[in-house]
Amino acid sequence: MADPNAVTATVRSAGRLARLGAWIDERFPMTSLWKEHVSEYYAPKNFNFWYYFGSIALFVLALQIVTGIFLTMSYKPSATEAFGSVEYIMRDVEWGWLIRYMHSTGASAFFIVVYLHMFRALLYGSHRKPRELLWIFGVLIYLALMAEAFFGYLLPWGNMSYWGAQVIVSLFGTFPLIGDSLIEWIRGDYFISDITLNRFFALHVVALPLVLIFLVVAHILALHEVGSNNPDGIEIKKTKGPDGHPLDGIPFHPYYTVKDLFGLSVFLVLFAAVIFFAPEMGGLFLEPPNFEPANALLTPPHIAPVWYFTPYYAILRAVPAFLNTQVWGVLALFAAVLLLFFVPWLDKSAVKSIRYRGPIYKAALMIFAANFIMLGYCGLKPAVAPFTTMSVIGTIIYFAFFLAMPWYTRLDRTKPEPSRVTS
Amino acid sequence: MKVLRAFLVVLAAIPAAASASEEGYPLQEANADVSNLASLQRGARNFVNYCMGCHSAKYMRFSQLATDLALTEDDVQANLMFVGSRIYDTMDTAMPAEKARQWFGNAPPDLSLIVRSRGADYVYTFLRSFYEDPARPTGVNNAVLPGTAMPHVLAALQGLQRPHFEEEVDADGKKFQRLTGLEPGLPGEMPAATYDSFVRDTVAFLEYVAEPAKAKRLSLGIWVILFLLMFTAFCWFLYKEYWKDVK
Repeated sequence: MADPNAVTATVRSAGRLARLGAWIDERFPMTSLWKEHVSEYYAPKNFNFWYYFGSIALFVLALQIVTGIFLTMSYKPSATEAFGSVEYIMRDVEWGWLIRYMHSTGASAFFIVVYLHMFRALLYGSHRKPRELLWIFGVLIYLALMAEAFFGYLLPWGNMSYWGAQVIVSLFGTFPLIGDSLIEWIRGDYFISDITLNRFFALHVVALPLVLIFLVVAHILALHEVGSNNPDGIEIKKTKGPDGHPLDGIPFHPYYTVKDLFGLSVFLVLFAAVIFFAPEMGGLFLEPPNFEPANALLTPPHIAPVWYFTPYYAILRAVPAFLNTQVWGVLALFAAVLLLFFVPWLDKSAVKSIRYRGPIYKAALMIFAANFIMLGYCGLKPAVAPFTTMSVIGTIIYFAFFLAMPWYTRLDRTKPEPSRVTS
Repeated sequence: MKVLRAFLVVLAAIPAAASASEEGYPLQEANADVSNLASLQRGARNFVNYCMGCHSAKYMRFSQLATDLALTEDDVQANLMFVGSRIYDTMDTAMPAEKARQWFGNAPPDLSLIVRSRGADYVYTFLRSFYEDPARPTGVNNAVLPGTAMPHVLAALQGLQRPHFEEEVDADGKKFQRLTGLEPGLPGEMPAATYDSFVRDTVAFLEYVAEPAKAKRLSLGIWVILFLLMFTAFCWFLYKEYWKDVK
């Protein structure tokens, strides 16, 4: 150590860097943005396991964008070439198989992470006042993600891609009067064709990623405006220290950057385990019929959407046709998703967190979560007994959880909230 | 923690539920091993000699095959390729699709991905389950894929099995014949065990062809996971170090 020349050089370069920073700050709010959103964003210090999934979701989004860019370099959005170009990526492109598996596993991982993230909100009341808009942006992200996944699923042009798209697009045909022309407008053709593939490609790689990024920015801005909720469901901004910072808050950086880095590394272990040892996940992430090229004349023996859509697919099938139309199932499907927007106002409980709620909400939420998984399972199965009955019961439970919420959350006997966060 | 535990219990139950079995002729386990080079080389030979007359593996390049199966390009050129094809070509069949449709009713499918779309056990059982059926134009039928247009190409090796039917009653009370098993009939060149390992090699080769990166994926995966576990440990200590003053 202590070569005086080296020390002087270090000091001089540090000075130069600081001057560059000042130069930028005069022209762009670099330091203030960093402080506001990272180094001086005060987050509650009592985050638990359930709070890892937000940053993991952000990571998966970035991963999908980067792997997606590399896939686009070799993929051909054409009905005659798409399937072969995916195999070209899997065989001839350097590390193409790894990039493709990261992207296909990433799609499923995205939904797992987002479902856990949403469940966390229901656990700790993160959708409640003043975070209603934050929640609404979140539901919009979920909707955009569903659209993104649906359009992306057609691109490999496998037989399940083809027939899955066929089934989902035909849902719009159930609308009275406009149904048939609506389907044609979506497909741009009389059947799922090269034209459909091209527009789905455009939507998948340009339109929806832009929407997603915009919504994620809005989601984070809204979060940083109101501050993070926590497992106790109390507002840490109510008790501030003399320095003006919440007593129960700690700066996001470095505390949560290092903690989230740990959460992310655990996620990466599991993610890599799937990529390297079970990229098909027993046919759930990559379905066997999708290794056959799209064939308009050959229907797979059993068509089911990818697993993350199956709870809603089960709801769709559970509602019977009457008055000569099947539109009711489709309306139920849309209603099931749109109901999520109203949760902040349906929930009338005096407290936010499950820790201080009574037994009714605890039971309701556990039943809802188990029921959602059961619906997902039914949606994967053919529409035969006992899955049809299970789907009907599951659909009733799904809607009851939301529609009865104003009553049971009011009835529930809550415990008093603490004034400061507990561990 | 209670919530988390309940959640994990539910999650753990999913894979068991998802793997509930489908109906149909029971499949036998292929036990094919894509990491066994000798088996893959024999499988490549079998595929070229017995399958490629009609079936292509159009996404598989000979050059890639040479690298992965530890063969020299000359070996591959001399033993596995048609005269006139080049090392960077893919494994195409010599039979024109149009003719194939005329001869068999439909063109024999490309086998590049057959193991990924149907499974190794399916292909293994299919190749072992041809049986004598004079009612079919090819003289044979298949227990796994009834009414298949494919003739028993391997009959000279396996011989010709005879079906065993049992009379059963369906839900509407009608009697019908159900295929319950296959018995040895006309013997072939190979004893049953030899034929089975012949088929197993072929299936192993097809499994390789369906995903040439598989062996690499599996062997590399262990190192990636080990690295990430070390990284996780590092992150854990970093997190604990930073958080020790958070009360």
